[in-house]
Amino acid sequence: MALKRNVSLASALRYKGQGPMLTYILHRIGGVGMAVFVTVHILASFVGGKAGIFANSIYENWLFQIFIFFCVLFHAINGLRITISDLWPKLIQHQREAIWVEWAVFLPIYGIAVYVIIRAALGG
Amino acid sequence: MTATKSKSLPLAKRGLNFEMLMWIFTRLSALAMYALILFAIIGALIMGARTQMNMADVLRWGFMPNLSHVQNTNVPDIAPWSTPFWRAVASLLLLVATAHGVHGLVVICDDYIVKPRGRQIVRLISIVFMIAMIAIGLYVVWTL
Repeated sequence: MALKRNVSLASALRYKGQGPMLTYILHRIGGVGMAVFVTVHILASFVGGKAGIFANSIYENWLFQIFIFFCVLFHAINGLRITISDLWPKLIQHQREAIWVEWAVFLPIYGIAVYVIIRAALGG
Repeated sequence: MTATKSKSLPLAKRGLNFEMLMWIFTRLSALAMYALILFAIIGALIMGARTQMNMADVLRWGFMPNLSHVQNTNVPDIAPWSTPFWRAVASLLLLVATAHGVHGLVVICDDYIVKPRGRQIVRLISIVFMIAMIAIGLYVVWTL
């Protein structure tokens, strides 16, 4: 499976897309992460039994919860920014500022959630 | 810093094809999911979630207002949580989310699979996958 691209992987990693590029990558990771999670979750509740319990034990793990909450929260907040700036195209010129607002909203909520998840994992 | 001026083409020049419709659908379905999740959370609070559920359980119910998401909480009577109304809300959320998600996966695949034949196969698989997940999801929502 040789992918043909005009840029090499090394130059792709050196690409300085900065904030918008980072949100684009994280949005994509979050989307795929949620798609896989929701698919497995629906199938697990459909199949039930031992396979269902096994799938449950994966996504009840605190590491997975930290990952999937990142996917959900980032995808939701970034998606709202994209929606707003796409429906009102004049706002696109403020997208870098919008991304700072986005992190200012995301980080406190995510930080508190991670704290709660880890505290629950430690049995508190 | 020079701000780049955003150009907007009139709709006639942009063309109104399937891709354009799915582009706007992705944005509108995102707003619809925000509305549905908020609606489910408000519904949970009206049904007494404030004293019977913790924050994580309320969010779990919000993201999919499904009976199995309240079964191991302190809710005394799950009958009001499993009415046809909430099953319909869950179904609506399932339909919107599946369409949004599968289209997103197709968009991602299009970045890596560029041959028309490959893209056709991706679309075929995505349609089969979407119908299967909607059928299984509806079964779970309405029978559990």
